[in-house]
Amino acid sequence: MPEELFNSTIAELSGLLDRGALSSVELMKAVIARTKAVDGRVRAFNSYDEEDAMAQARASDARRAKAKGSGSGAASRLEGIPVGIKDVISVAGQPLTASSRILEGFVSPYDATVTRKLKAAGAICWGRLNLDEFAMGSSTENSAFATTSNPWDLERVPGGSSGGSAAALAAGEAVATLGSDTGGSIRQPAALCSVVGLKPSYGRVSRYGLIAFASSLDQIGPFARSVEDAATVLGAIAGHDPRDSTSLRQEVPDYNRGVSDLAKSGRRWKLGIPREYFGEGLDPEVGAAVQAAIGEYRRMGCEVREVSLPHTKYAIGAYYIIATAECSSNLARFDGVRYGHRSKDAKDAIDLYFKTRAEGFGPEVKRRIILGTYVLSSGYYDAYYLRAQKVRTLIRRDFLDAYRDVDVIVTPTSPTPAFRKGEKAADPLAMYLNDIYTIGVNLAGLPGMSLPCGFTAGGLPIGLQLIGQPFKETELLAVASAYEQRTEWHLRRPRL
Amino acid sequence: MNYEAVIGLEVHVQLKTRSKMFTRVAAGFGLPENTLTDPVVLALPGTLPVMNKGALDKIIKAGLLLGCEIAAVCKWDRKNYFYPDSPKNYQISQYDQPLCRGGCVEIELPGPARNVMGEHKRIALTRIHLEEDVGKLNHVEGASLVDFNRAGTPLMEIVSEPVIRSADEAFAYLTALKTVMIYGGISDCDMEKGQLRCDANISIRPAGTAGLGTKVELKNLNSISFVRDGIAQEIRRQTAVALSGGTIEQETRDYDGQTGLSQSLRSKEMAHDYRYFPDPDLMPVEVDEAWKSAIRATCPELPFDKQRRFMEQYGVPYTITSVLVPDRGLSDFFEETARLCGKPQAAGNWIANDLLRELGAAKIELSQSKVGPAHVAGLVRLVDGGVILSNAAKEVFVDMFRTGEAPEAVVERKGLKAETNLDELERWCAEAIASNPKSVADYKGGKESALNAFKGPVMRAAKGKADPKRVDEMLRRLLAR
Repeated sequence: MPEELFNSTIAELSGLLDRGALSSVELMKAVIARTKAVDGRVRAFNSYDEEDAMAQARASDARRAKAKGSGSGAASRLEGIPVGIKDVISVAGQPLTASSRILEGFVSPYDATVTRKLKAAGAICWGRLNLDEFAMGSSTENSAFATTSNPWDLERVPGGSSGGSAAALAAGEAVATLGSDTGGSIRQPAALCSVVGLKPSYGRVSRYGLIAFASSLDQIGPFARSVEDAATVLGAIAGHDPRDSTSLRQEVPDYNRGVSDLAKSGRRWKLGIPREYFGEGLDPEVGAAVQAAIGEYRRMGCEVREVSLPHTKYAIGAYYIIATAECSSNLARFDGVRYGHRSKDAKDAIDLYFKTRAEGFGPEVKRRIILGTYVLSSGYYDAYYLRAQKVRTLIRRDFLDAYRDVDVIVTPTSPTPAFRKGEKAADPLAMYLNDIYTIGVNLAGLPGMSLPCGFTAGGLPIGLQLIGQPFKETELLAVASAYEQRTEWHLRRPRL
Repeated sequence: MNYEAVIGLEVHVQLKTRSKMFTRVAAGFGLPENTLTDPVVLALPGTLPVMNKGALDKIIKAGLLLGCEIAAVCKWDRKNYFYPDSPKNYQISQYDQPLCRGGCVEIELPGPARNVMGEHKRIALTRIHLEEDVGKLNHVEGASLVDFNRAGTPLMEIVSEPVIRSADEAFAYLTALKTVMIYGGISDCDMEKGQLRCDANISIRPAGTAGLGTKVELKNLNSISFVRDGIAQEIRRQTAVALSGGTIEQETRDYDGQTGLSQSLRSKEMAHDYRYFPDPDLMPVEVDEAWKSAIRATCPELPFDKQRRFMEQYGVPYTITSVLVPDRGLSDFFEETARLCGKPQAAGNWIANDLLRELGAAKIELSQSKVGPAHVAGLVRLVDGGVILSNAAKEVFVDMFRTGEAPEAVVERKGLKAETNLDELERWCAEAIASNPKSVADYKGGKESALNAFKGPVMRAAKGKADPKRVDEMLRRLLAR
């Protein structure tokens, strides 16, 4: 049995559970103990329900015992595995806050589809993980409750918006976690915390039960300690959902088997390096680590060629128009009428809206609602929203053109390693530029992932972004796995 | 100066679907507050809409019945505005690509008399689109309570061109539209339940000119009569303003059916910017030819087409068809009866007069009636064959309406068969003549009405079961000897 259960992978732990060398109750206890030991410093969780988690663990052990007795086949890989959930994804009977005052105290009465699927696979839904309020931000500093710390350097941010999900995993407070990614919110914190983060193709995973930030960009995805684990979680949560008409009717392959089949086939991958992603603003240490990773791919026989994504420079502008427009409408429901915070001294309905929303939303959320309201206003719609949608089409076309020559595109995930808390908090534009390499993937609806590819001299993690073709997650995971097999960056753990 | 009115109507029709527009919870009316809700209706965080295909079927059917052009793609937009009855604070609707464009509603204006058909006109439609209904605010002392039972019910908005010219035309338009909707099974159009709601845009202009005056939107027209009265009042109000040299303000006015007056709700300056944009939660849905033809196959004959056919094919008069046709069930009942008995005019009379009278007296629907087309057809055959007489037939009808027995059985049970023994009839007639020589003399002297003096005694002798026509013939024959 590994010394640190809480730092093990799903693959390792499910093996132990299968052999009866470990019970889910023991595992859950270890994770709870670790959380209690470190979360005062990391502050990855908004809340956790110890009793509920233990009950789930006992139920899992009972299922396993029953299955053994009846001689039925092997358990799901996620049976008994504690999976942390970003506090923007609904878990029945648990708080759902989006790290916002406006939802403080709200308990969701229903399960998100991904939650339902995780439970069906036997996983333990563990805790509510911190984020930038309504997933708007790149550092978790926009959380109304607390800023999560980067386990590799507690003075620094873990990235965002799924900072809690990345930090909890890096700190050993869960075995895998779920996040959501609208413009890089899984991949960037994964890079900054040295874990694997995967944003699936738009439509691969149901959004039902995910509090919408920007509906046409949001996707739920896993954080994991290995590519294999990420594939396992993706397989459990992916698939068409009749409750989400943007989820596609497409078979969910067995990703782990697909990856190992591809590895055995000895396929020679063609990788594209977009020249627009290696320009000004890229930290030299990050650039060097990514170049080294590309060198590693060359050494394993991959064909590497430069590609061009000419409309990259318009991505941030288009993104902030589309995302804010959608959020201005999506967040209209938080009005104090039916649930959540309600201002105490409102005179009438209009006053109720003004006061509730003024008290409930933080400054970044207000900034984006105002921006989005503006770009949708009569007389501005064509110039902003419509044009941004056209840019979006061009950006998707850039990628699809590139994929005529390459299988996967390789870039840095984030232009810099983790920055200090407060360093960019006063400068929204500098913060927005943090997502410069990740946003295009959301605009184009592609699958993208970040995996550990090195550390700065100061010991801060660096992430490598791989961008795949629509619904070709298996190929993407296979390319990631090939790198992971030859490197050991993913095995390092922060000292806490 | 004379003024004429220019009126356009926006009619909201709730679709008759089992579940709501974007979720599976049931649609309905009259249930305890907030029982027809689920996480989607209440817009709980994280919920998503999924389109009810049944609602799309219904709007396509409405469009086909009204001759609209059906869009190839059903696209959804968000209409953003804050109001406590709107759970998401945006309404899912269709903005720049309504599902139906064009088409028209055929109307009948009041005729010169009740039994004379009025002029027919076609009122052109601009568009029909689909959206979701909102909840309802109940104002109690010191607070407003929201009931979301209605929220999310499929709602169709039918917008007419500004081509309606009078309150009577508006009335006729709504009546005709309602009939088509009910015919197609699209909506029950019960205005008391809010299943059909109407707003009117009204302006006036000097008679015979082509421009458009400043329009006033009139809301809260809660019954078809209120629509007529409210529009008539608004035309009078605008005309009075214009004649006194005033200006008509662009505004929204609230009509009060009790007082027959309206008052200003808001002026143009407070118009909304709805910030429409395509709903990213809903994929556009392709409406292909196969789908349209499948629905076309379920489209019933339009009411006015049916009326024209009844008049031509069956020779049934306008007065009868205008009773039968507005009710699709009654029309079907009639056609079946006519087919069974081969006497459409008699069938029409029985249904339009006796059946409707009995249904009304019993306060039941046609579907609950024990009398079916076979009953009425049987009765028509009995009368036509001279088996029973018409006043006996009335009695049979009332009886079979109550008991549901076949007319032949009722006749048998009550002994209502007409007297057909000619020898007996001749004897009664001869006796009547013999006992009244004065009337014989009068009749032979040319006083035709003297004949009636014999009929009473004959009918008494026959206990009412003699056919007056035969009695008349027999008397004349005997007197001519």
